[in-house]
Amino acid sequence: MGKHVSLLAVIVLCLLLSVPVLTVFSSVFNSSDGVWQHLVDTLLWSYIFQSLQLMLGVGFMVLVLGVVPAWLVTMTRFPGSRWLEWALVLPLAMPAYIIAYTYTGMLDVAGPVQGFIRDTFDLRFGDYWFPQIRSTGGAITMLSLVLYPYVYLLSRMAFLEQSVCVLEVSRTLGSSPWHAFTRVAVPLARPAIIAGLALVLMETLADYGTVQYFGISTFTAGIFRTWFGMGSATAAAQLSAVLMLFILVLVIAEQWSRNRARYHHTSTRYSHLPRLRLTSWKMAGALMYCLLPVLLGFLIPVLQLAWWAWDTRALVDFSAFSQLVFNSLRLAFTAALIALMLGMLITYAKRLQPGLPMRTTTRVLGLGYAVPGTVIAVGVLIPFAWLDNSLDAWMRAQFGIATGLLMSGTLIAVVFAYIVRFLPVAMNTVDAGLGKIKPSMDDAGRSMGLGSWQILRLIHIPMLKGSLLTAALLVFVDVLKELPATLILRPFNFNTLAIRTYELANQERLTEAAASALMIVIAGIIPVIIISLSISASRPGHDKRT
Amino acid sequence: MKKLLLSMFAVSALSAGLFISSAAQAAEVNVYSGREENLIKPLLDRFTAATGITVNLITAGADELTTRLELEGANSPADLLLTVDVGRLLRAKELGLLQAVDSDVLESQIPAQYRDSEGQWFGVSLRARVVVYDKERVDPAQLSTYEDLVDPKWRGQICVRSSSNIYNQSMTAAMISHHGVETTEQWARGLVANFARDPQGGDRDQIAAVAIGQCQLAIVNTYYLAGMMNATNEEQREQASKVAVFWPNQDDRGAHINISGVGLTAHAPNRTEAVQLLEYLVSDEAQTWYAETNNEFPVRQGVPVSATLQAWGEFKADDLALEQLGTHNAESVRLMDRAGWR
Repeated sequence: MGKHVSLLAVIVLCLLLSVPVLTVFSSVFNSSDGVWQHLVDTLLWSYIFQSLQLMLGVGFMVLVLGVVPAWLVTMTRFPGSRWLEWALVLPLAMPAYIIAYTYTGMLDVAGPVQGFIRDTFDLRFGDYWFPQIRSTGGAITMLSLVLYPYVYLLSRMAFLEQSVCVLEVSRTLGSSPWHAFTRVAVPLARPAIIAGLALVLMETLADYGTVQYFGISTFTAGIFRTWFGMGSATAAAQLSAVLMLFILVLVIAEQWSRNRARYHHTSTRYSHLPRLRLTSWKMAGALMYCLLPVLLGFLIPVLQLAWWAWDTRALVDFSAFSQLVFNSLRLAFTAALIALMLGMLITYAKRLQPGLPMRTTTRVLGLGYAVPGTVIAVGVLIPFAWLDNSLDAWMRAQFGIATGLLMSGTLIAVVFAYIVRFLPVAMNTVDAGLGKIKPSMDDAGRSMGLGSWQILRLIHIPMLKGSLLTAALLVFVDVLKELPATLILRPFNFNTLAIRTYELANQERLTEAAASALMIVIAGIIPVIIISLSISASRPGHDKRT
Repeated sequence: MKKLLLSMFAVSALSAGLFISSAAQAAEVNVYSGREENLIKPLLDRFTAATGITVNLITAGADELTTRLELEGANSPADLLLTVDVGRLLRAKELGLLQAVDSDVLESQIPAQYRDSEGQWFGVSLRARVVVYDKERVDPAQLSTYEDLVDPKWRGQICVRSSSNIYNQSMTAAMISHHGVETTEQWARGLVANFARDPQGGDRDQIAAVAIGQCQLAIVNTYYLAGMMNATNEEQREQASKVAVFWPNQDDRGAHINISGVGLTAHAPNRTEAVQLLEYLVSDEAQTWYAETNNEFPVRQGVPVSATLQAWGEFKADDLALEQLGTHNAESVRLMDRAGWR
């Protein structure tokens, strides 16, 4: 009985959190005044094509940049590998729109690199070939460089948690190390890799800042063009609903393709990972391979930003600036804690009651991550304003008191939007960790007379420490970088680092935007390094001294 | 358990601190602004210093703010909606989000073509969209009108940003007002055929592209060029020095003008203060500030402009009443979609 009540409570909670997503979906029933016909006649197919192209490109690149380095730093030793273990996560602190601004500033036709080429060789524009940064390829590169850490993190976590026995068995059966990687380790890490890939693809679809800046007509760009240009919020919401349906199909297809395979570990015996010693040629190769994403995704853009920030340091007002830092940090901190608690609660409820109701609700909830922040913001505005206005009307009628807008336009609405958008990150991460704990552990606990709550506290939480910390910190970093929902939902006179950066960059003042952009990255680095170190320490049987 | 309770407590304490709203103040006015903070706050601060009225500000895209205003309904705290183009004001009016202001100051100071005939919105600064050309390679005698830009002699020579940009939408909407949809669509097709590259970047990027020789002409708003001419960055100043402004259509209707403007919201809680701020925005002080700081043209006649703007000389502005653009904005987007202007 009690079990059913708490399950119901969790489902109600999930539904509440799904309101913005469902609000967007409900737009399907409104009429959109022929905008759809116009879209079908003109640009719809190009939106779809561009989005698919972007997803395929980013998906492929993040696998290449994420999985292989994760394996290399986990299973082999080469000079710098310990340093790279955490450095590979650093690009996570870099918002996609900022890396896009930075590289454009450097590599565009009018930028210093091409200017140098023209001056040095006395060429004019058109006399030489140079890759076009504002292109689909450019967008794929930019997004991949900052998104691959999701795949890296989750696959590394999986590799670390894999039992050595499985790998040793494969080696005794005659596999080469490469075979052990492709035939055993990667298939076993599949849920984690896919979880990372899913986050990346959803973020790619939701991206507006980068594609808009590069002038690429993706589906999301189309949503905003329809909304802003034609004033048709309904058609824009309908486009978003289509986007979500598309994600839903992808997610279901992936789960269906896993069939009935399960990925619990069969052994709880962990020994030290036998690190492969590499020959010098292979060492150099491994180092280069792992260094490249850090260099391109972090070091180069950060140096460029630092250069610009130094150039424009006279324009920075420090008291206003520290207020921005404080605002960004407290929002990120609050949202991360709430997301962690809700994420844990919901994934755990799903483990206990893996029936259809829980599966459906968590799936709907998971869509929030794929929805562009602006659309989520509208999905939050509608129910909040409705609630506030209804309460106001009722209070006026009953007691003659006007309550006005109680929650709309407060940070409650902002944090709620963050939770809707980033809870899937926390849920995915916790879920991936929880999935690896054998149900027999729960059974053992139960046979010792522990209740569900105690099992969670005494068995799961200690085993999940690494995943939980990662979940919280991922949300933290995501909120630091978040722009559109904050922009629309915030209260009066409230600014964040991301808003400051965007407003200056939007006026095409890249150099002046650099100081706040750099600060977002710096604020994000510390949690990112903690995530990485905690993952290294998360391997069961890991000896802290080594 | 204890730890969990403790952390829950921490969260609630933190949230409580976060969410306590500031108590209402005596005299204040609330602004939803489509203009970025650093481009409007200094002016609002001056208003506060002069009147003692606090100005509360939220900045975001005008479309998002309009949506927020609409959803918040009669209880919205917003008093003024400030936008950087006329299209958004027209839409806000159409949605019934604005109310009429009856002010002799506003009516006498602002030329009729730059304000709503029913007094629901008022232009406070002017933004001209012009042609800039490569001083080295283009003889300005070859230039004449916006319409002439489709001439095959400019094949592969024109740079302009995306049609998702509101300034292009308003420019095309004005073209529809003058010539009708069909002729304008022909024009847009011709323009696309003359593009040097797929539309990308902002107006400064178009100017830079002319400076380095990727195209000979670009269609841009003048204040971007003025901003580059006065930039701290030396490279931008150098790029700006390579181009010059051409005022189109001087022999007929004049150059295309857009406005930044303000409307009083339908349910403004601080109506008196809001009108005070509105009137302040067309005062000598504010108008000079617009011209000096943002390099936009004052909406009022006879206000001195910055040296940069003076150097471009007098020009004839299109005298189309901006409210005529009406619903042409959506049509202009569809038209540009059909013409392949990305």
